[in-house]
Amino acid sequence: MLRYFSLILALSLPLAALAVEPDEMLDDSALESRAREISKELRCVVCLNQDIDSSNAGVARDLRLLVRERLVSGDSDKEVVAFIQARYGDYVLLKPPLNEKTYVLWFAPLGMVAVAIGIVAVAMRKRRKKSVPKVLSDAEEREIKQFIDQHKSGETT
Amino acid sequence: MGRILALTPLLIAVVFGGFFLWGLNPERDPNEVPSVLISQPAPEFALEPVAGVDTPGLARSDLTGNATPVVMNVFASWCVPCRAEHAVLTSLVQRDDITLFGINYKDKPEDAARWLAELGNPYARIGSDQSGRAGIEWGISGVPETFIIGPDGTVLYRYVGPVVGEDAVGKFREALVQSGAISREDL
Repeated sequence: MLRYFSLILALSLPLAALAVEPDEMLDDSALESRAREISKELRCVVCLNQDIDSSNAGVARDLRLLVRERLVSGDSDKEVVAFIQARYGDYVLLKPPLNEKTYVLWFAPLGMVAVAIGIVAVAMRKRRKKSVPKVLSDAEEREIKQFIDQHKSGETT
Repeated sequence: MGRILALTPLLIAVVFGGFFLWGLNPERDPNEVPSVLISQPAPEFALEPVAGVDTPGLARSDLTGNATPVVMNVFASWCVPCRAEHAVLTSLVQRDDITLFGINYKDKPEDAARWLAELGNPYARIGSDQSGRAGIEWGISGVPETFIIGPDGTVLYRYVGPVVGEDAVGKFREALVQSGAISREDL
């Protein structure tokens, strides 16, 4: 039993090893949880593909402290993000915003799907046209009849 | 219609090929963080001088009203590449008569003082940014970083990393020429 318990404890230790240090945390748990949510959406400018909430970089820590400081001084979540965005640009947001620069990013997948649907639709219409059965003309019927008759008479001899 | 349809694979190949060609460009650095400050007014900040160094502090107001564009360098004594960059910056001041300002980023004043005493002090002004808050205002991601600021306080150029080596120095001098801090003959 003790072995299982220590195993579970050992496995859950990495989860507890977060970058946010106790001295950074706010006493107000509501503000602290807001800070954590904001931190998860901000990119660490040193490590690039990590949010500042889980980064141990110095700048990430500074930004975490800044987020908390702004929250304590009464900023809304949006204002805090805007404050940091004004200094580090759109790049600091892990979720790219929708603006003129990112239209391609947001709408290209939709465009590609539309093009794909178009291509498939055209191809299908073509295939359907081909499979329409045609009635032979009288002349063709006569020709085939003639050919079959010839073939039959050839076989018998 | 059929002919246009037959061309679509080629079109797709060209689009993707162009994208790959762009991606293969050795000049492109995917880790580069674009700066929002370029062509924007320098951020508001005011820093005390480094204790024990006989150089005045640095504030936003020092960046405006200069006769020529000035260079502002973010450095620290704990930053190893800064040591190599120091010689380049010193030569900019001595040979090209550039006005050089510094932000001493997250450094202990006594360490910074020792560092400057050992290597020499080319800075006309140094602000001590022990909290790193001014660094955030400038949107820096590490040290060293070097900015060129126009006489009206507009940020003209930003170089991330040490200005060391032929390529980096060449790039930086080109930026100095573009901003009008040195003339093309000095390049």
